Amino acid sequence: MLESGAIAVEPLIRVEDLTKHFPVTRGLLISRTTGQVRAVDGISFTIGRQETLGLVGESGCGKTTTSRLLLRLERPTAGRVLLDGRDVHALTGADLSRYHTRVQAVFQDPWSSLNPRLRIRDTIAEALVVNRRVSKAGKLERVEEVLHQVGLPLAAASRYPHEFSGGQRQRIALASALASDPELIVLDEPVSALDVSIRAQIMNLLKDLQARQQLSYLLVAHNLATVRYIAHRTAVMYLGRIVEHADTESLYRSPLHPYTKALFAAALPADPDAPRDDMILSGEVPSPIDPPSGCHFHPRCPFAMEQCSRVEPALKAVAAGHVVSCHLY
Amino acid sequence: MNAAEPIVLEVKDLRAYLYTRWGVVRAVDGVSFALGEGETLGLVGESGCGKTMTGLSILRLLPEPAGRIVQGQVLLEGENLVTKSEAEMRRVRGRRISMILQDPQTSLNPVFTVGDQLVEALRMLHTDGERALSHRAEEALRRVKVAAPEQRMRAYPHQMSGGMKQRVVGAIAVAGEPRVLIADEPTTALDVTIQLQYLTLLKEIQARTRLAMLFITHDFGIVARMCDRVAVMYAGRIVESGPTRALFRNPRHPYTEALMASVPRMEASVERLPSIEGQPPPLHDLPVGCRFAPRCRYADDRCRREYPPTFPIGPAHEAACWRVEPSPSSR
Repeated sequence: MLESGAIAVEPLIRVEDLTKHFPVTRGLLISRTTGQVRAVDGISFTIGRQETLGLVGESGCGKTTTSRLLLRLERPTAGRVLLDGRDVHALTGADLSRYHTRVQAVFQDPWSSLNPRLRIRDTIAEALVVNRRVSKAGKLERVEEVLHQVGLPLAAASRYPHEFSGGQRQRIALASALASDPELIVLDEPVSALDVSIRAQIMNLLKDLQARQQLSYLLVAHNLATVRYIAHRTAVMYLGRIVEHADTESLYRSPLHPYTKALFAAALPADPDAPRDDMILSGEVPSPIDPPSGCHFHPRCPFAMEQCSRVEPALKAVAAGHVVSCHLY
Repeated sequence: MNAAEPIVLEVKDLRAYLYTRWGVVRAVDGVSFALGEGETLGLVGESGCGKTMTGLSILRLLPEPAGRIVQGQVLLEGENLVTKSEAEMRRVRGRRISMILQDPQTSLNPVFTVGDQLVEALRMLHTDGERALSHRAEEALRRVKVAAPEQRMRAYPHQMSGGMKQRVVGAIAVAGEPRVLIADEPTTALDVTIQLQYLTLLKEIQARTRLAMLFITHDFGIVARMCDRVAVMYAGRIVESGPTRALFRNPRHPYTEALMASVPRMEASVERLPSIEGQPPPLHDLPVGCRFAPRCRYADDRCRREYPPTFPIGPAHEAACWRVEPSPSSR
């Protein structure tokens, strides 16, 4: 499992050259493929134990597809997702059941992930029953335990989702993710549907849970401030590729890729006196069906050079733990 | 407010309630503000605080039959809109006050081309022939910086990106050269780089037309960038208002202060964010005293008993909190 002997400990998640293409078809009866949506186009990263990796980028950049590949909701076109060194898409039988207890997810809209007809305790217990054999008493005990962990009163167990506010529903979604005692939770926009005054509560809870339960997170979010607050490392995606990847601190202090710079410049600081170094990008993100040649970003890049349209830049390490894919570096 | 600018829109003690089977929802409960020519006022608050309802009541577009304006005035260049007939209001909407909503998808009709919809909107405003209207529509698209407007005229909404659709909505909204534009979270559905393009466009339109803008948002970044003044709403009322810089530098209402502190920053790393515990009260069952008191760490008996009046803090800066009441000696 060791790679060139450099890494002593296998990270919890290792993603290798992960690719997902969706065929674009035409015709109803005799359908033919007219193109490929290159949603995820050869990305690699790792997530260590008790570590949070943030994935940022605009809509259509492939961050959600990446999270769905990790969750086995999609099969990769190429590449692998390794959990503790084992390909998650090749798991079967008992190993697969174990995978489902180890990896859980919390999505943006807690409305859509909670069954409105089930009491909270049944929603949470369902996650337990599916993945594990537990006694009835053990089940109730576990429900109370996870409710306590997410800061909900025990009385919540016998109520229905509609009796709770958005923030509380997200706590319930977290509780059911925690029920099987997972190691990794994929968080897809976990706070963006919540009210401003509630977001800090949930973000703090996520941090506390990580410390207490030794959790790893893959955090998919478009809000850069949220990612800075929660993630240890951050990867920036553009049109299916990772363009820059670094320790969160290093990335936010000195973003290098022109796209990262533009993305960060577009996030408006909550300060009327903040310097306005606007770098307004022209145009919009091109279609991933037929992405631009060379560096995908070159048609919008203010620093584009001749070779950018021809040669795809490789990811280069520019500092310890900071890689960027750009011909400028 | 800048005293030099003439006031275009003034809202006085507006109360708009929704009569539902759960009781009376006091969505807008005594809101007052004034908006000057070329000025942008940010109306900030969480969902359910009444900010969208405030915008809808100004245009008299409250959901029927539940919604009713029960008190107050909306003065547009001195004329009270609250007492106008529906026919009269139809001549106000789109011509004198326009509104842009969060999701452009809901503002555009999916079965007509963008050109048809623009021409339709322009026909209400001009008596020109089809040809001239079509030219005006193209021109309107060009003004909101839609590339290749001749081709875009023939496109259907689903063939356009979210940012492009919101530009079309913007083109329709400003086509009648309104005096007031109500923008209700117009960029929430857009990506950040597209958001910045759109906000810049709105500023350009404002600079050209001296529009007064009421910008409804929950994003302090947008407020800092766009607004001259800010009004913070909580549970149906404005709890603090003032010039943007004063409000950011010196927030005085505990809600404003706590809300600003709980937002993570792009530009600084923090170990732990202070969070506001609890949640806003339901608008059909409001506490007697200050509505923020149950979540306020400074609240005392008086706060729970009596709703505080608005006290002045600085130039055009005021807050409704007992803690900022001037002491009798300084009065």
